[in-house]
Amino acid sequence: MTDHSPEVDPHSGVETTGHEWDGIKELNNPLPRWWRFIFWGSVVFSIVYWVLMPAWPALPGMQGNTRGVWEHSDRGNVAVAVAEARAERSALGSQLMARDVGEILKDHELSQLALSLGESAFGDNCATCHGSGGRGAKGYPRLADDVWLWGGSLGDIEFTIRHGIRSGAEQARTTDMPAFGRDGFLQPDQISDLVEYVTSRSGGAADPAAVVRAEPVFQKECSSCHGVDARGDRTKGAPNLTDADWLYGGDRASIRRTIFGPRGGVMPAWQERFDDATIRALAVYVHSLGGGE
Amino acid sequence: MAAETSRTARLDPSSATVGMVLLLVIVLGFAGAASATDAGFAAHSWMFLIAGVVGFAALLGWHESGDKTPTFDKAYYEEGVVKAGIVATMFWGVAGFLVGLVIALQLTWPNFFYFPDFPWTNFGRLRPLHTSAVIFAFGGNALIATSFYVVQRTCRTRLAGGMWPWFVFWGYQLFIAVAATGYLMGITQGKEYAEPEWYADLWLTVVWVAYLGVFLATILRRKEPHIYVANWFYLAFIVTIAMLHIVNNISLPASAVGAKSYSLFSGVQSALIQWWYGHNAVGFFLTAGFLAMMYYFIPKRVERPVWSYRLSIVHFWSLIFIYIWAGPHHLHYTALPQWAQTLGMTFSLMLWMPSWGGMINGLMTLSGAWDKLRTDPVVRMLVVSVAFYGMSTFEGPLMSVREVNALSHYTDWGIGHVHSGALGWVGFVTFGSMYCLTQWVWKRPKLYSNALVEWHFWIATLGIVLYICSMWVSGIMEGLMWRAYNDFGFLEYSFVETVSAKHISYIIRALGGGLFLLGALIMIYNLVRTARGDVPVEDRNRASAAPTLQHAE
Repeated sequence: MTDHSPEVDPHSGVETTGHEWDGIKELNNPLPRWWRFIFWGSVVFSIVYWVLMPAWPALPGMQGNTRGVWEHSDRGNVAVAVAEARAERSALGSQLMARDVGEILKDHELSQLALSLGESAFGDNCATCHGSGGRGAKGYPRLADDVWLWGGSLGDIEFTIRHGIRSGAEQARTTDMPAFGRDGFLQPDQISDLVEYVTSRSGGAADPAAVVRAEPVFQKECSSCHGVDARGDRTKGAPNLTDADWLYGGDRASIRRTIFGPRGGVMPAWQERFDDATIRALAVYVHSLGGGE
Repeated sequence: MAAETSRTARLDPSSATVGMVLLLVIVLGFAGAASATDAGFAAHSWMFLIAGVVGFAALLGWHESGDKTPTFDKAYYEEGVVKAGIVATMFWGVAGFLVGLVIALQLTWPNFFYFPDFPWTNFGRLRPLHTSAVIFAFGGNALIATSFYVVQRTCRTRLAGGMWPWFVFWGYQLFIAVAATGYLMGITQGKEYAEPEWYADLWLTVVWVAYLGVFLATILRRKEPHIYVANWFYLAFIVTIAMLHIVNNISLPASAVGAKSYSLFSGVQSALIQWWYGHNAVGFFLTAGFLAMMYYFIPKRVERPVWSYRLSIVHFWSLIFIYIWAGPHHLHYTALPQWAQTLGMTFSLMLWMPSWGGMINGLMTLSGAWDKLRTDPVVRMLVVSVAFYGMSTFEGPLMSVREVNALSHYTDWGIGHVHSGALGWVGFVTFGSMYCLTQWVWKRPKLYSNALVEWHFWIATLGIVLYICSMWVSGIMEGLMWRAYNDFGFLEYSFVETVSAKHISYIIRALGGGLFLLGALIMIYNLVRTARGDVPVEDRNRASAAPTLQHAE
């Protein structure tokens, strides 16, 4: 059944090989000419490419791999490109650092440069927490408004970026609200009253009797940081409680949770990662987002 | 007395040796379960133990049964294991497509499909589940099932090894189950397409050696003077995968009774070994193996001779020789020495025509039967698979060129490329082959419904087109965004901006994947009705579908 002598396929007029498996025969067509042409072309191209580029590992008696006629080197090219970029950046950076931060804003070209660098650095480093364009998220301050915990001048912002918040750096902006509930400074019903008090101060409807009961507690326990009028204190990083802006949420459950124990959000000290010019540019960028002072 | 006869008749060396292996599995599973150092290893020991007990009980039950049919009768083809393979292929296919759809949705709406209380639903665990399910479970079962069918027919002899083909089938399912549950529990050695840990790797090695043994023994006792081209490709696939699997997985377990192991290789050597493995998993699993399917099912279905014997020889040997060197193109512009990158790129370019040899032979085999494209949707599926094969084997060498790779690497273009190969080539050639096989092994005169094959074909084709086009768009877009600089020389876009820019593409991709899954569900319905012997009303009068065993000679 299987090893026939070659026969001619009636459709194509081509001979078969004479093999047959489970009814499958094979025609004896030659290799297509274009197929051979492109195949050998790719072989010739490869051989030429091996001559031009680093291609073959060291043979006995050779010092390392073949370098190629062009002596192309990715590592060399990257080193040159990085050095060029560093030189360019340091020229731009020294312009930024030579001027007072206030002057940068007045110089159109320089402020454009700072904004460009700042936006670039912000997107891949800060936006992870603060959101694209600094729109913020729960627990991460919105930077695109005029509410500032630690101050919104260029100098304040630059200081915060440089040293971070509760980052462990020497000059980090650090403040800790007591854990009034967890550490037993206040009783649960006192905390409930304070929740009503804070709600009323920020303009929400609250139980008037509770607000009256809470007033002396607030003045005794809270006013030293948040102020007698509850408007906060930037030197202590204490937020204004009378506005509609909440870092961890302004509903009753969130406020209760905050009074019970502090949240203690952390921002890294970026001086460990960025050069001075980038930090200055970031400050200019954040300042420009909407609420710079 | 009857029981006695069947007993002695059935006590053959293959069942006895499989039984001994199962006993060993039971003993090792018990030891592992008793002394495991971590919960994952304990769970997997229990899986091996239960699988060993169930397998051994099934073997005993079969041995003691009163059925007097002669066992492993060489006068007949072994088709039971092929039928089981078809069922497994379609089951794992749908599972893999479904997980793919889920992770596509996770990428599209990450907040909505994020369940922190259920760590096993995390993208990082589901993604290897998807890739392994479609490559190894769906593709692997398709290869095992079709190779067992094709090698018997083209060697005109029953599958060798008696009980061993069943051991290969069930052993492979056990490997899949161990690998899949391992991913969900967080057990991985972190190598792409080689995630299972050392004990799963060892088990797969045992199964794979058995597979090689069955296949080789069948070829050795063939009643044909020559070996058919499909079997060259199957054999190349089985042998090379064994080598790749063993070398890439050489590692030292931290404990003999724990899941964790450490690879023998480190640094750039590890990366090179990994992509030597990864690229040739594509080359020998997803290309050579499926070319074998093409070389049998296309000429068989269209009833035309293979177009060129000479081309099949030349492209087989050139493909086998060149593919194995192309892996370094996965590591362009990395710590890999540049000379290795050059070699990886040039061997990929030289691979273009050897790959296309298979496409030419597949397509030209239709000459004289092109009308079947119109009349038989299964033929259309097979032919379109070859077209996708040609497209992705052109795209591959193109993307291996360093300058192109600088743009395409790490982007969605890569995802689109593998899916034009996976959905278009591997998926469609498997679907076409499974339509053929189901009809043939269940001895049906035709499929239950050609109209449903048409629906499957068009829905799945639309799905593939949506998938790969959306990935081309998003891949090239993000590649360009990553390298865009503004007037001052700073990066124009942050990473997150490139992610959000891809959102529309991701919706379209998920839609395409959903359509592909829908097509597979339609196919399963069609196959089940075909296997059950349901024939459309208009054909009922001329149906003569008595299932009979087919003689091997």
